Amino acid sequence: MKKLENIEICVNEIDYSLPIIDGEMLSDLLRERLRLTGTKIGCNESECGACTVVIDGDPVLSCSYPAVKAHGKKITTIEGLAKNVGNNGNAYTVLHPLQDAFIEYGAVQCGFCIPGQIMTSYALLEKNPNPEVKDIKYALKDTLCRCAGYPSIIGAIQAASESIVSGKPVISPVIQTSKVGKRMVGQVRRRPDAIAKVTGQAIYSDDIQYEGMLHARVKRAMIPAGILTELDISEALALPGVQAVLTAKDVPNAKTHGLFIKDWPVLVDIGGPIRYVGDAIAVVAADTREIASEAIDLIRFKYEPLPVVSSAVQAHLPDTRKIHESGNLLKHIKVQKGMVSEGFNDADVILEHTFHTNPNDHAFIEPECSIARLTDEGKLEIYVGSQIPYSDREQVAAVLGLPESQVRIIGQLIGGGFGGKEDIAGQIHAAMLTMKTNKPVKLLFDRHESLIVHPKRHATQINIKVGAKNDGQLVAVQTELHGDTGAYASLGEKVMTRATTHSSGPYEVPHVNIDCYAMYTNNPPAGAFRGFGVMQSAFAVESMMDSLAEELQLDPIELRRKNALRVGSVTNTGQVLKDSVGLLECIEKVESALYKKAGPNPFVPVQDPNDPAIVRAWGFAVAYKNTGLGGGAPDKAGAEIELLPEGRFEVRSASAELGQGLPTVLQLIASEELGQGTEQVQVLLSDTDLTPDGGPTTASRQTYVTGNAVKYTSKAMRDLLTSELAERYDVSPEKIEFKEGLAQIDRQEVQLSTISQNLRKDGITPKVSYTYWAPETTPLGKGGDMHVAFSFAAQAALVEVNTITGEVKVPEVIVANDVGFAINPLGLKGQVEGGIVMGIGHALVEDFILEEGRVITDRLAKYRIPSIYYTPEITSFIVEHPTADGPYGAKGIGEICLIPTIPAITNAIYNAIGVRVDKLPVDQEKIVTELQKQKQFA
Amino acid sequence: MTIWNDYQLVYSLSEAVEAYDQAEKPVRFVSGGTDLLLEIQQGSHPAMNTLIDLNHIDELRELRVMGELIFIGAAVPVSQITNSPLIKEHAMAVAEATGLIGGPQVRNSATLGGNVAHALPAADGMISLVAMNATAISYSHTDYSKKNILDLFKGTGESALEKDEILVGFEFPVKKSGEGSAFDRVMRPQGVALPILNIAVWLRRKGDVIDDIRIAFGPSGPVPTRALKVEEVIRGKKLTDVTISRAKETILESMKFRTSKKRATAEYRYLLAQALLEKVVSKAWNRAGETK
Repeated sequence: MKKLENIEICVNEIDYSLPIIDGEMLSDLLRERLRLTGTKIGCNESECGACTVVIDGDPVLSCSYPAVKAHGKKITTIEGLAKNVGNNGNAYTVLHPLQDAFIEYGAVQCGFCIPGQIMTSYALLEKNPNPEVKDIKYALKDTLCRCAGYPSIIGAIQAASESIVSGKPVISPVIQTSKVGKRMVGQVRRRPDAIAKVTGQAIYSDDIQYEGMLHARVKRAMIPAGILTELDISEALALPGVQAVLTAKDVPNAKTHGLFIKDWPVLVDIGGPIRYVGDAIAVVAADTREIASEAIDLIRFKYEPLPVVSSAVQAHLPDTRKIHESGNLLKHIKVQKGMVSEGFNDADVILEHTFHTNPNDHAFIEPECSIARLTDEGKLEIYVGSQIPYSDREQVAAVLGLPESQVRIIGQLIGGGFGGKEDIAGQIHAAMLTMKTNKPVKLLFDRHESLIVHPKRHATQINIKVGAKNDGQLVAVQTELHGDTGAYASLGEKVMTRATTHSSGPYEVPHVNIDCYAMYTNNPPAGAFRGFGVMQSAFAVESMMDSLAEELQLDPIELRRKNALRVGSVTNTGQVLKDSVGLLECIEKVESALYKKAGPNPFVPVQDPNDPAIVRAWGFAVAYKNTGLGGGAPDKAGAEIELLPEGRFEVRSASAELGQGLPTVLQLIASEELGQGTEQVQVLLSDTDLTPDGGPTTASRQTYVTGNAVKYTSKAMRDLLTSELAERYDVSPEKIEFKEGLAQIDRQEVQLSTISQNLRKDGITPKVSYTYWAPETTPLGKGGDMHVAFSFAAQAALVEVNTITGEVKVPEVIVANDVGFAINPLGLKGQVEGGIVMGIGHALVEDFILEEGRVITDRLAKYRIPSIYYTPEITSFIVEHPTADGPYGAKGIGEICLIPTIPAITNAIYNAIGVRVDKLPVDQEKIVTELQKQKQFA
Repeated sequence: MTIWNDYQLVYSLSEAVEAYDQAEKPVRFVSGGTDLLLEIQQGSHPAMNTLIDLNHIDELRELRVMGELIFIGAAVPVSQITNSPLIKEHAMAVAEATGLIGGPQVRNSATLGGNVAHALPAADGMISLVAMNATAISYSHTDYSKKNILDLFKGTGESALEKDEILVGFEFPVKKSGEGSAFDRVMRPQGVALPILNIAVWLRRKGDVIDDIRIAFGPSGPVPTRALKVEEVIRGKKLTDVTISRAKETILESMKFRTSKKRATAEYRYLLAQALLEKVVSKAWNRAGETK
C-alpha cells in the first residue's frame, strides 16, 4: 500500500499537484491555496450550499469534503464557468448563459450565495438541459439565498436552459417598470457589481488576506447570567502560535460600545456581570485560526451564576433581578390619541387577544468578518461589511482612545444584512488585537458564533383590544407590548418605538392608547431587523382585523378599506398625512387580482377534490412602514460627485449596499440628473476616508435620503460644470447641455474627459458635495410629522393546510406595494420577492429557540430559513403615490414588502381550518391538536 | 482543532484492513463522511487521528443484480441510488428514502453505508432497508459475514459493527410479480433536520389480499424495529377500510413512540403514524399492482 504524496487535482482545467495538509477541506484548498475565493463559506456545516463546487459532474459541498478525497478528480468552481476568448489585444470574457441570465433576471442581490446557486444550477443543466420548475427546486433545495431571490433564480435557470438548448443568447425577462419612468430613473438596469458577483470575482471581507495576518477568536461566556470571578489566560498565552490574548484589562479607553446607548461591554471584566451567552471574556490572535480556536479552549474562567431573566414579561415583574443598574426597563413608550375609554364606550363590539412573536435570526449567508490592520503611516484600517461605517469608526475610535481621523472603515461587499450588521461584531476586537500585535488581524465569526452573538428580532408579547361600530368603523384600539431587547440596548428603543406607533395598524382610529415596555433580559440582544418592530405589531393588529370582520360579519377587505389611512387622515401619533398614501389603491389592486384568481369567495375553504385532507383558502392583510429615522432624529446623508479625468462621474457616499441595489439607485439618479448613461457613472460606497457619511442603512431610508443627496449633488455638479463652461466658452448657460460622455456647448461637443482634464490643469478639481437633510420630524408625543413618509402594502396569501399532518404551504401570493416611485425596478422586484419569502419563513419556518437564555438553535441546521421549496407564485403590483420630498417621489421598500405576508398567511390558515395562530411561527402539531379539539366539540 | 491528521485512501478491502491495523489510533472508516466530519467539527464526536476512506474500493461502489438479489455497495452515493432505474424498479421505498437524505449536494457524497452505520433510529435510507428486509454484508479481517439489517444496531447512535469491521453493502431479493414498496415521512419546518416520523412499507399482493407485508417506522425506539403487530393485523387481509382502521388501532396498542422535545409529542407521532400508514400502504399496494 503506497501512501499518497501529493493531491493531484484538476481545477477549472488546470492541473495542480499540492502537498497534503492534515484536516484540510476542499473549500480551504480552493480559497486559501489557489486563491479561488469565489467559493464561499456561509455555514461550514453542510446546510447553506454557498460552497458548492462541481466534482466530476456532481455538485458537492466543498466545506465538508476532505481535500485529499478530491485526489484524481476534476473540479469546476465559479471561476471556471466564464470563458476567456480571443487573444492579446482582443481578449474578452464570455459569460456562461447561467451567469448572463442570473444578471438579467435580477437573481443577483447581495451575491454571496450566487456562486453556490450557479454551480448547483450548472451541474443540473449539464445533466438535464431542460429542467422543469420541480427539477430546479429539487436540485437547489439546499442552496439557500437569504435575499430570497428564488423566483428570479428559477426564471434565470429556465432562461439559461432555453439559451443552451437553442444556442441563442439569453432572452431578457419582462420586468415591471415605473408607470412614470424617466429617461433613466424608473428603468431596468443591470447591477454595476453583477458581473463580479456571477464570476466569483466579487470580494467580501473574508476573501481578503494580508501577509503575516493573524486570526482571532473570541472566548464567549456561554452562560446567560453570572458574575465573572476568575479568569486565567496563561495556558492560552503559552500555546505556540498565539500572539496575543486580551481581556477587559487591555481595553484602552471606553469600556463599552453601542449604537446609541453604550451599555455593551467590549470585554467582561472580573467582578463584572455576564449578561448573555455571547458576552466576550477574552480575545485571542494566533498564527492560524486552528491555533486561535485551540487557545480559546484553554482559557479558563469561573463565575457565580445569577438567576436568569428569560422574558420581557418576567423582566417587568417588580421582584425580578435587575440586569442593568438602571433596571430592566430600557424604555416605556407611550402613544395616546383621543380618550380610549370613551372610544370603547362608543363601541358596539370589543375584541381582545394576546399575540406572541418569536425572535428571528437574520441568517445572512455571509457571517460577520472584520479585518484590522495598521498602514505604514500608522492609521488603523478596518475592512468590514457594515451597515453603518461611520458608527463603526466612532465606536472603534472611542474604545481605542484614538481620534476618529486615525481610524478608517473600508466597507466591503456585504453578504446580506437585513439589520443584523448595524451593531459592532468583531470590529473593535480585531482593532485591539492589531494595536497590540502590530499585525493585520482577521476576526471571522463561524455560523455558531453568529447565531449566538449578534442581535435578533425582538420577541414581543402584544395584547391588543379593538373597539368598533357595527358598520366596522374602528373607534378605539388599545395595545400593550412587551419587547425583549435582550442583554443590551442595541436599537431596542427605536425598534420598539416603531412597534408601538404602528400597533393600531394603517387605520384612522379616533381613540388610541398604547403602552410598550422594552425590557432587558438575559437573552441575546435584539436590535434592527427588516420590519423593525412593525412586523410584530402588524401580526397582532391584522389578525384582530380578521377576527373583527368575522365578528361583525363583514368582508375583511371591506373592513380594512373602511378604516384605511388616506390623504388627510390623522395617524395615532397625530401626524396629518399630506400625500403619498397609496393604501386604498394597494387594497384595490390585490382585491381585483384575488377575485380574478379565486372567484367571489376567496376566504371560504376549498377541499382538494383529489385529497380530502388538503384544504385551501386565501387570507388578506395590509401594512404600513415609515421611511427614514423620524421621531425628531436629524436624518441626513452626504454625497460627493467627482468628474474623473477619464470622463466618468464617481458618486460617493458611505451608505451600505446589502444586496438591495443601492448602487443602481444612486447610479440611475446621477445619470438622470447629469444627462448620462449608467456607463458614465460609477458608485463608491462605505469608505470613511473617501465617502461622506450617508448615515445608517436602516429604516428603509437610503433611496430617500442618500437618493436625495445624490440628486442634489448631481444638480450641484451640473451647475459647477455649466458655470465653468459658460465662462470658458463664453456662451450663456442655457446653451450648455450634458449628454452621454460629453457636453454640448452651443453647437460644439466636448468630451467630459477633456473638460475634466482641462479643469484639473487649471487647478480645479471637478468635485462637489452636498449634505441632504430630510424634512424635520417631531418626537413621539409631540404631535406633528413623526415621519417623512410611509410606505403601504396589501397582500393576499393562499395557504394549503394538510388537516391530518398540520403541514402548511403557501403556493401563491398577490401583493401591491406603494413605493412612491419605482426608481430601480429590477432591485424592487428582488426586494418584493425576498420580502415575501422571508415573510413565509417567519410565518412557517424560522424559530430562534432560547431556553433560559441559552441558544438552542445554535447551528443553521437548527435555525432553518426558507429554501427554494417555499417559493410561491407571486403576482406583484407596483403602486406609485409620490411623496413630495422623496427623490422623484420615491419612498422605502426594503421592509414593507415583508410585513403583511405573515398575517396574510395566518389569516388564510384561519379561513381554511378555523384555527387562529396567535404565536409565531405556525406550529403544525398545534394545528393538528386544535383541529382535533374542533372535532370533539363538533 | 484538526478533524484528522491522516486521511488515507484505500483501494481494496485487504488494504483497508491493513491500513486500519497500522493506523495511528483513534481511527475510523469513512465513506461519505457527511455526518461524521460535521460531528467532529462541532465537538459532538471525538477527533480522529486517522480516517480511512473506503470510496475507492470498487466492491463498495457497485450497484447490481446478482441472480435473484439486488446488491447496493455501502459507498455508493445515495443520489446514485435514488436515480438508479434498477432501484426504482425493484425497491421504490429505497429510491424514495435515499432521495430525501440530506440535501441534493450532500447526497452526492453521502452513502447508504454511512446512513446505516451511524445507527440513528430514524435514518431514512436505513428504515427503507428494514422494510426490504435487507441483509448487510460486512468484512472483518479476512472474512465476509452476513447479518439481517436489524442486527446492526445496539442502541441510539451505536452500531453493532466492530470498529474494524467494514460494511460492504446490502442485498435484498429482486422484485417479484405482485410486490411493491413505498416510503414517506413528515418533517417539521423548524428546528433539527430530522424527520418527526418516517415509514417504509413492502408488501406482496395475491389477488385482492395482502399476502405479506413488512412495515418499519422511525423513530420507534432506540434501535429500528419492524412493526410486527401491525404487519400481523394486515397480513392475509384485503386492503379495506376495516383492515386499515384495525391496523391503526394496532399502532396505538403496540408501537412505542416517544416525545422528543422541540420535534414532536408522542401523541402527534401516533397520529402521523396512522396517517402515513394508510397513505404508504396504499401507495405500495398500487405499485404492487403495476407489476407485469
